[in-house]
Amino acid sequence: MAYYEEDDLGRFAEVGAHRPDLFEKFMAWYQACQEDGALSRREKALIGLAVAHALQCPYCIDAYAQACLEAGSNMEQMTEAIHMASALRGGAALIHGLQAHNSVNKVSM
Amino acid sequence: MTTKVLPAAAGADAPARAAVGFDEKLAAHGASLRRAASVDTLQVNVGKLCNQACKHCHVDASPRRTEVMTAETAAQVVEAVRRWRIPTLDITGGAPELNPSFRRLVAEARRAGARVMVRHNLTVMFEPGQSDLPEFFREHNVEVVSSLPYFLEQQTDAQRGPGVFGKSVEALARLNAAGYGREGGPLVLNLVYNPVGAFLPPAQEAVERDFRRELEARHGLVFNRLYTITNMPIRRFLEYLRRSGNEERYMRRLVEAFNPATVGGLMCRNLVSVDWTGRLYDCDFNQMLELGVPAGLPRTIVDFDPAAFAAARVSTGPHCFGCTAGAGSSCGGAVAANRP
Repeated sequence: MAYYEEDDLGRFAEVGAHRPDLFEKFMAWYQACQEDGALSRREKALIGLAVAHALQCPYCIDAYAQACLEAGSNMEQMTEAIHMASALRGGAALIHGLQAHNSVNKVSM
Repeated sequence: MTTKVLPAAAGADAPARAAVGFDEKLAAHGASLRRAASVDTLQVNVGKLCNQACKHCHVDASPRRTEVMTAETAAQVVEAVRRWRIPTLDITGGAPELNPSFRRLVAEARRAGARVMVRHNLTVMFEPGQSDLPEFFREHNVEVVSSLPYFLEQQTDAQRGPGVFGKSVEALARLNAAGYGREGGPLVLNLVYNPVGAFLPPAQEAVERDFRRELEARHGLVFNRLYTITNMPIRRFLEYLRRSGNEERYMRRLVEAFNPATVGGLMCRNLVSVDWTGRLYDCDFNQMLELGVPAGLPRTIVDFDPAAFAAARVSTGPHCFGCTAGAGSSCGGAVAANRP
């Protein structure tokens, strides 16, 4: 059994086979988040793509790469969003260097 | 929810496959597809000869094609426009300008009082004997509709061939210089966006804003409107879908995005399509699939009578999901205000 199957993205609703009330609540919330609001669908799709990379979720990366194309973003814009996610992940790791510094300083003369 | 399996393909030329029938989908939404009371547009495909061979072309047009409408058939088209006072003649191909009868067809249809639109691919302007096209279009007040899949070279050339973007920019500059594309001006230049790949087009107004901003900033170009058109799973684009393993996914996307609000605005409700031999179809896509008009309707331009088409049924197939997905798609772009 493979852990990730491309076709599983289209089977998402099967998660609702158990506790459908919870799945329906999730879907209503999820769909409402996608709508044009103070942010456009295009901006939201780019945020989704960045978060998908930060989460490293292959379903989300596939879904939001397509959503970005259908919202009119090009590869330059999508790549900038991916770099934003990656830079934050890198920065988040790097700033923990202070934890190491603190730890080392605490026991050093 | 279970995954539906598509019917097996019968062969390389078999039509696109969808897990549900188009008429079945219409019925499930309580919608029906009937023609309007009148025919507003004759869309005439004057042949498959083209100076380009685009990867998404549903006509399979190329420089090697030899199917070209004769002068006699073109005269029959003009006669139909004149006799039935058809408001709009929409000329497409191939590159329609390469048909020897093209200029006469335009001039006579204009004399007959029709608005004339030409699906002009821009680069044909650089073919022998075609450099005066902007002036010819202006002289006859032709509405120019030109494909430009993106405002960047890489995407445009990926779809339409190496060097096409550069030539397209130069051709647009010449059209602008002739007075085309000015806001509020009499000479209309509309652009057509279609996705460079197996995905749906973005919202028309959003991508129109992008094109307007980028074409003006990068190249000083102007245009009137931008139409978004969905790639149709027919001929060369269907071959691409099959070759790239995208057919099932693309068709599923089209079916999932079915929007009943598009049905009232579909072009097949107001348009009759004529092929290079004079045969009639409900649209240019049906024409390429050789899916004729329903039984009992006139079958050729010689027998054409718009009254026979009033409220008539339309011949449909799985490819029709291309026109009803998302905001919908027609030769005039999106047909519904809201995407589902």
